[in-house]
Amino acid sequence: MNEKLTALLGWIDARFPLTKMYNEHVGQYYAPKNFNFWYYFGSLALLVLVIQILSGLFLTMHYKPDGNLAFASVEYIMRDVPGGWIIRYMHSTGASFFFIVVYLHMFRGLMYGSYKNPRELIWLIGMGIYMLLMAEAFMGYLLPWGQMSFWGAQVIINLVGAIPVIGEPLTLWVRGDYVVADATLNRFFALHVIGLPLILLGLVVAHITALHEVGSNNPDGVEIKKNKGPDGHPVDGIPFHPYYTVKDAFGVGVFLFFFCAVLFFMPEGGGYFIEAPNFIPADPLKTPEHIAPVWYFTPYYAILRAVPDKVLGVILMNVAIFMFFLLPWLDRCKVKSIRYRGPIFKTALAIFVISFLGLGYLGTIPATPAATVVSRILSILYFAFFLLMPIYSQLDRTKPVPERVTCK
Amino acid sequence: MSGEVDKSKRRLLGVAAGAMGGVGAAGVAIPFIASMSPSARAQAAGAPVEVDISKMEPGQRLTVEWRGKPVWILRRTPEMLAALPTLAGELRDPNSEEEQQPDYAKNPLRSVIPEYLVLVGICTHLGCSPGFRPEFAPADLGPGWKGGFFCPCHGSRFDLAGRVYKGVPAPLNLEVPPHRYLGKLPDTKDRIIIGTDPENA
Amino acid sequence: MQMRKIITILMFLGLPTLGAASSDTVHLDQPTINLKDMASLQRGARVFIENCLNCHSAGYMRYARMASDLGMSEDDTRALMYTSDKLGELMNVSIDEAEAKVWFGTAPPDLSVITRSRKPAWIYTYLRSFYADTKRPFGVNNTVFKDVAMPHVLAPYQGVQKAVYAEGHNGDKKVEKLLPDQLGSMNTAEFDAMINDLVNFMVYVGEPAKLVRYNIGIYVLVFIVLLASLLYMLKREYWKDVH
Repeated sequence: MNEKLTALLGWIDARFPLTKMYNEHVGQYYAPKNFNFWYYFGSLALLVLVIQILSGLFLTMHYKPDGNLAFASVEYIMRDVPGGWIIRYMHSTGASFFFIVVYLHMFRGLMYGSYKNPRELIWLIGMGIYMLLMAEAFMGYLLPWGQMSFWGAQVIINLVGAIPVIGEPLTLWVRGDYVVADATLNRFFALHVIGLPLILLGLVVAHITALHEVGSNNPDGVEIKKNKGPDGHPVDGIPFHPYYTVKDAFGVGVFLFFFCAVLFFMPEGGGYFIEAPNFIPADPLKTPEHIAPVWYFTPYYAILRAVPDKVLGVILMNVAIFMFFLLPWLDRCKVKSIRYRGPIFKTALAIFVISFLGLGYLGTIPATPAATVVSRILSILYFAFFLLMPIYSQLDRTKPVPERVTCK
Repeated sequence: MSGEVDKSKRRLLGVAAGAMGGVGAAGVAIPFIASMSPSARAQAAGAPVEVDISKMEPGQRLTVEWRGKPVWILRRTPEMLAALPTLAGELRDPNSEEEQQPDYAKNPLRSVIPEYLVLVGICTHLGCSPGFRPEFAPADLGPGWKGGFFCPCHGSRFDLAGRVYKGVPAPLNLEVPPHRYLGKLPDTKDRIIIGTDPENA
Repeated sequence: MQMRKIITILMFLGLPTLGAASSDTVHLDQPTINLKDMASLQRGARVFIENCLNCHSAGYMRYARMASDLGMSEDDTRALMYTSDKLGELMNVSIDEAEAKVWFGTAPPDLSVITRSRKPAWIYTYLRSFYADTKRPFGVNNTVFKDVAMPHVLAPYQGVQKAVYAEGHNGDKKVEKLLPDQLGSMNTAEFDAMINDLVNFMVYVGEPAKLVRYNIGIYVLVFIVLLASLLYMLKREYWKDVH
């Protein structure tokens, strides 16, 4: 039996680099042995991607991308399709968990300097994935065709209208109608189920390929490839399989606990994962009293609202996202990991987290004068984190970085 | 790396985790597989159909739709009923041995009430709907024809109990769908429900 | 560590007050929602079908689903149905949307998922808060939903309440409380209990899967805990190699 399997593998390997690829990415991929809690979120993001593709595929079998049928078809899935409610909640919960995981994954990068040389491109591709994910989520949110779907899309598409001269014709072109309508729903459906996921998959492959080319960073920010043993493998590295496969599998188990807890016990996520007004069919004549985007967009939405000028607001909102792309070049510190960086960076990062979470919260509540003032302060802090980084990252007192990784 | 590795413990844990993961994957598959079977809407659309048969003349046939398929109700004349036993030698399955009817219709006339025949009007060959040819010995079907159904697609022949003739492509008798009569037999037979079994069948 | 504490404190103490500051809403009474109480759900179903379903549809809900979920017999369910006799049918209404618009000024909304867009407490309070107001087309107004187009359909049970007004800060009249005026066939406690059953049923209609969701969820979580423990042991076993 084993002999036959080996022979089969040999037959394949002569025609396709199966063993070679397996070794490059799993069997002989040496990862630093000191990964901590924050290093679970990469594999978890991959898991959520699989969950979304699988549940999305089965939702597509029952969903109708038609202005007159869409809302009813979602309720049809929730009631009439056997097991449909589980699949739908899987997808809606998955959307929010995708962003939770991705935000934690990005925060890990910020803490340990994973965007710095030689991993700039991994970071850029990752940011591309993040932006695509936002587009994917935004288009997906239109599909249930509820009030929040409709008015959220209406508002966000109108942001494009802020572009001088071509803005207005461009919004018309994006919608394919004078308001968000059947044509918009249909094209968003096409982009959501096939267009964007294809690019997303491509970028994910590129992200992992680039990572495995340069090797993973770690909480100490030490390059393990600089220290190789007599066997040619990094002294501080361990093969991905079995060590990180079993570790990530455990991470998956813990993750699934939280995922299923939400799926089965609070799928609306307290009104943040599925918003209450989205249970009213889209009505182009009546805006809900309070509209807020889904939680993962709210930091940027709060920045948009904090600026008292339409064009400038839209620009700053986009710049806020774009700032992440510049990070590898804004950070002038020689040290990667927060463990060996000084108090200035630690404070700056803390302020940034507060401003991001604060803006996220403010984006969900109605714009009162007090909230607007706080939003403005937090927006300034948000931008200050990036724009002042070239200065403060150089001034910081750093601690000596060890030669080898440390294990707690 | 230390020398002492408990290989059997690793194998045991690995197999256990793998098995449990497999169970989990199977559990996840349940809603996905279930979602592809007929939904409540499809089931409602395929619900039993009630038909009024009180005004049917002897020899008349009604066609109704059940689950998207034609269902025939035929009120057979005494001549038709008399001709059926004489055909046994020419039929593939004269005694309805194959599971093409509910038990309560597994009899020589393939019906609950002798007069009334209920059939799914779909040929057992490749799914065409055969034509109704009640006349005896027409020119195109030959002198031996004692009324029945003739499939235009590939020439399969069935008698007036839906039994298939020998030497035609169709392998099985026409299907008798579950059906029941409303009211107490044999007094009341003016309504029939197709798609559901008699209460004490 | 300290950084995280600061964030937490700020998030939970400081910011949420910004949102709560501006709300000025009517007090809502809380109904008892218990989807395990089949008797209450069945009573609610009867009230819903007999009173609401004349004008409002619940167009995503099937009679058959309701009957099997709530343990109602086929005959009992059929007895309730007058728009249709097929159990698999959706809870639609025969009322024409255009005509309804003429009669009420707006088409009565579908009620399938109303408890998911409105809180159950809102519906519970709303249905008990009609009062006589001669300025309105149907002679009633509502303290929860001002100038609502819906007539007081449940007046035969509740009777008609009258409003007691109080002077507001800037001299305008505000409804302070509602008192019974003309009596209906039920006393207040009976009527409240009936509306409670009705809202309970409407919560069920909002998401029939809720009846099984929690039960399945418990098994799933227990399974995952076991699986994760096993995976943890596996991980620990392999990581003995790593020093």
